[in-house]
Amino acid sequence: MIGLVHYLIVSATLFMLGVLGIFINRKNIIIILMSIELILLSVNINLVAFSAFLGDLVGQVFSMFVLTVAAGEAAIGLAILVIYFRARGTIAVDDVNRMKG
Amino acid sequence: MTESFSMLAILPELVLIGSALALLMGAAYVGDRATMAISWLSVVALAAAGASLACPGVLAGSVMGGLFRADAFGAYAKVLIFVAAAASILIAPRFFNRGGQNGLGARAEYPILILLACVGMSIMVSAGDFLTLYVGLELNSLAAYVLASFMRQDERSAEAGLKYFVLGALASGILLYGISLLYGFAGSTGFDGVSAAVADGLDKGELFGLVFVLAGLSFKMSAVPFHMWTPDVYEGAPTPVTAFFASAPKVAALGLTVRVAIEALGPAGLAWQQVIIFIALASILLGAVAAIGQTNIKRLLAYSSINNVGFALIGLAAGTQEGVAAVLSYLAIYIVMTVGTFMCVLQMRDQAGNPVESIASLSGLSQTRPGLAAAFAIFMFSLAGIPPLFGFWAKFLVFDAAVAAGFTALAAIGIAASVIGAFYYLKIIKTIYFDQPAEAYEARSGRVEYALMSVTAAIIVVGYFFNPLLDRASAAAAASLF
Repeated sequence: MIGLVHYLIVSATLFMLGVLGIFINRKNIIIILMSIELILLSVNINLVAFSAFLGDLVGQVFSMFVLTVAAGEAAIGLAILVIYFRARGTIAVDDVNRMKG
Repeated sequence: MTESFSMLAILPELVLIGSALALLMGAAYVGDRATMAISWLSVVALAAAGASLACPGVLAGSVMGGLFRADAFGAYAKVLIFVAAAASILIAPRFFNRGGQNGLGARAEYPILILLACVGMSIMVSAGDFLTLYVGLELNSLAAYVLASFMRQDERSAEAGLKYFVLGALASGILLYGISLLYGFAGSTGFDGVSAAVADGLDKGELFGLVFVLAGLSFKMSAVPFHMWTPDVYEGAPTPVTAFFASAPKVAALGLTVRVAIEALGPAGLAWQQVIIFIALASILLGAVAAIGQTNIKRLLAYSSINNVGFALIGLAAGTQEGVAAVLSYLAIYIVMTVGTFMCVLQMRDQAGNPVESIASLSGLSQTRPGLAAAFAIFMFSLAGIPPLFGFWAKFLVFDAAVAAGFTALAAIGIAASVIGAFYYLKIIKTIYFDQPAEAYEARSGRVEYALMSVTAAIIVVGYFFNPLLDRASAAAAASLF
């Protein structure tokens, strides 16, 4: 029987994978965007699991909002990535170093 | 409560959304020729939104099933946000028109993006539910990411936008994860519901949720330990955008944090006070120490803003009504100082008209531009908290509230750190007044910039005359939370 705890463990694992993906990855900014999506989806699993567990609809409504905002966020992130690539000619994480200190 | 009555409560937001969309259509048809007109119309829209707060029936309290709080606290924060946003719209056209080879000229999107960010911010400070909080926060953030990378042919601006986006999205994720835990363990996303659930003791899940939520919010406030984006974004973003980031979103994020802490987590005071005390002290110390070695004025102001957020949070750490009132007064005074400081920074252009950002270029400014030097000195002394300037009063209020709530050690460490912080402000004044003159800045200056600089400097000098008004407004705003 799959219970609430299983969902929470899956979601926590996905969340950690997303966070590690942002910090450990040294190659490509696209991977960072994917990691961000992973984090948001892990939150959605949490919200929907809690919603089913509590018998309360708010969590599912919330996850709809998260999905919508995530779409907008991805669009803006990719747009910024495009202008960054035009200005610098690279999207390697290690090259994002014009400003330091 | 009828629905039309609830709609009246979001009148300022409706005004902003309506005018932003109308102006966007105008910009699409007329193009960048209309930039000046659209900028002024945006300022009018902000003024109208601010004025609509005074309409009878707008401050209706908790509306829309508790999702939205139209109270005195929100109104106070909104006024500050609109004023700061209007200032950053007014200074922009001149800056972008003289952007050098990387500039695209003044574009009409800028004031519209600021208006859209303002919608998000005014929803943030009026949130009564974690759902509204999240939507408001993202409305603000999404516009802010675009604003940071607004000079899109400039490498530093593009990099600032990218860094802000990645770290901002991560912070939103952390915040959301915290919200999902609070929802699951408290059984509600409403501030009332969460407050009722944590009143009977904080269980592990709620504690985790609380910590995640505060971590996400401290990113938006640019408080330590989630401050690392601030110097890079402040340096890379165009100066009017930096002025905007340093003022309006700070008010929104701090207002939001105060509301979450008091309204949603109020009964769990002991738990969040520890977190806030840590964030406050760490921000003050890091802001003071890390600023010392900076050579870029915008980076230095970024650390200064981290430092100031720490001071404001001391008032929240006290957790009392006086503490919240002190935070609100602090924010009002901080906005004036920040806007004024950035007006000075905007004057820093070499003879060819290109913006200069190095602190060394300020050397001997008192001989070439005595008026600008005096304004700089006033703002630096005020930021350092030296009486009789108004910045002192802001710090005095938060320390007073902390001591009254029994946090004497916290206030003592804060005062010690503010002495360390005074070092780098005084260093700038020393550079301006006592160093050998560097190459003079160009003498031209915009009328709007001059006017804003003079007004803010005057407020900082004679600010104590406004004290009765400020005290009354912040006390009324704080009282609406308790």
